[in-house]
Amino acid sequence: MNEKALVQVNQLKMYFPTRAGSFLNRTTGYIKAVDGISLEIRRGETLGLVGESGCGKSTAGRAILQLYRPTGGEVIFRGSDLARQSAPELRRARRHMQMIFQDPYASLNPNMRVSEIVARPLRVHGMVANKAEETRRVTDLMTKVGLNPSLRDRYPHEFSGGQRQRIGIARALATSPDFIVCDEPISALDVSIQAQIVNLLEELREELQLTYLFIAHDLSMVRYISTRIAVMYLGKLMELTSSAELYENPLHPYTRALLSAIPIPDPPLERQRQRIILRGDLPSPANPPSGCNFSTRCPLAQEICRRVEPEFRQVEPGHWAACHLV
Amino acid sequence: MLLEVRDLQTKFFTVDGVVNAVNGISYSVDRGECLAIVGESGSGKTVGVLSILQLVPSPPGRIVGGQITFKGTDLLSMSPKALRGIRGNEIAFVFQDPMTSLNPVMRIGAQIAESLTAHGGMTRRQARTRTVELLSLVGIPNPASRLNDYPHQFSGGMRQRVMIAMALSCSPELIIADEPTTALDVTIQAQIVELVKQLQAEMGTAIIWISHDLGVVARLADRVAVMYAGYIVEQAPVDELYARPAHPYTRGLLNSLPRLDSKVKTKLEAIKGLPPNLTAPPPGCPFVPRCAYATDRCRIHNPPLAEVGAKHAVACWNHLLKPQVTP
Repeated sequence: MNEKALVQVNQLKMYFPTRAGSFLNRTTGYIKAVDGISLEIRRGETLGLVGESGCGKSTAGRAILQLYRPTGGEVIFRGSDLARQSAPELRRARRHMQMIFQDPYASLNPNMRVSEIVARPLRVHGMVANKAEETRRVTDLMTKVGLNPSLRDRYPHEFSGGQRQRIGIARALATSPDFIVCDEPISALDVSIQAQIVNLLEELREELQLTYLFIAHDLSMVRYISTRIAVMYLGKLMELTSSAELYENPLHPYTRALLSAIPIPDPPLERQRQRIILRGDLPSPANPPSGCNFSTRCPLAQEICRRVEPEFRQVEPGHWAACHLV
Repeated sequence: MLLEVRDLQTKFFTVDGVVNAVNGISYSVDRGECLAIVGESGSGKTVGVLSILQLVPSPPGRIVGGQITFKGTDLLSMSPKALRGIRGNEIAFVFQDPMTSLNPVMRIGAQIAESLTAHGGMTRRQARTRTVELLSLVGIPNPASRLNDYPHQFSGGMRQRVMIAMALSCSPELIIADEPTTALDVTIQAQIVELVKQLQAEMGTAIIWISHDLGVVARLADRVAVMYAGYIVEQAPVDELYARPAHPYTRGLLNSLPRLDSKVKTKLEAIKGLPPNLTAPPPGCPFVPRCAYATDRCRIHNPPLAEVGAKHAVACWNHLLKPQVTP
């Protein structure tokens, strides 16, 4: 294991059974939401994880944090494999790893005041000795995320989407974690608010020396915030490299198509850009194609791609890709 | 001029007070042109276009003022029956969420054929043939075999293609598309945007494209209107708007986006604060609480939309194309 790695993920698999029959409830197959991904998340970096809806990126984030118990593989964090830990051990480990959710409307308990939402992790982990200390910590946390502490007794519905996301960030920061999984933290927000939240996450990472796994589908925002980027398609990693390299030298045909599909807010440039338009839709993860998962939509697919699954290998120093043609 | 909207005002009369959703907006669309209306949620962009065909739920909504002229006739004074002859026939809608705008218990073929028999006076057999043509036009593979499928049997991108086929069915002169790609993935969004561009070029249909995505708008639009708090705050041809944004809000939006092609990382310039409450809007310019250029005049008087260049209008007393006076 690389000494810089804070989290080491090896061959992580998360399968969900599909069932049929109301009485016997037989398992008829598996949806391979995450199918053997390996990556390391280095201390102090932001690793971006991008892909289209249904590619398994959120499931991967949840399986890393053990919000789902993975079907296979290991997640090494602070020297031990989370996937093999007992529930009490895991509960202690959770202090050091937290999550920021996508939907700021669904991820906050509507019956709890802001102060209770933010203080809950502190109580669960026994991190405050008395009420006065708790109040002081909540005030600190609210200030840190740009919320006026005088709003502590309000309920979530009294806040806008951007402010609610700040509450979710304060809750994630409460236990002073090392590692935070940000699952599409800005995609539910308006354009003018997105930049506020991204800037806040960046400031907090520097100030508190946090490490992020930043899951998103918006590649321009991911490129902006990430040190390195991993591209996922149908449960597997397609490419992983530094964010500058991914944009300047994308190796995988899927990454190229994804980059070319993202419109740039510059009309004359947009008129000149060549698009790689992918045909068809994402195949079902319950019935993935044989060989390379991308072969059904790949404009360059050869006979071998439909037969043999390409290995995810280091093509250039620090640049991994899973493609027979690179 | 195909469509002209003048001083349109739409309000919602709710128990919590009057919501000023659209506050006197004016714009026009020429034949074959694509006008993009850009704004954030709550800016009034959807209510503005729903008002064109009186599709705003009433009550609580009511169009309280303005004129909407389509090919020389005033739509607002038209009888409900005459208006039905225009809806879907001469002006068609494509909505954001194809799952909720298609009837889940009706076969795709029957849904498209319905407007053909209702407006086009076709027989069922003619309508069926035309439906197959339309589905193949929007790029649905094996169209004849998919007529009997239900909406849930289509993917999100394919459903949006069905919506576009329905919109095209009566060869309308204007298509109003309300965030048609927002629910779709980027690779599917690219398919739909290219399809719309191609259809627009082939058929010469005018389009009003509503979006919050300044990237898609750059790709598709001829002209852009930027909405904020129920007002059009800036309007310009697409190249001009992106190259020389005049309203502080437009510039703020453009600067808050990271660009995929930027080499250096500069901090994103967030627009501080929140959009105003439309029930009790502040006096003066609605952008004042978030604006770095606001003066006392802005706090008292709301600036009108005024020309600042060729086809370029902005509603700002201290707009950014003004020679800046050093204090």
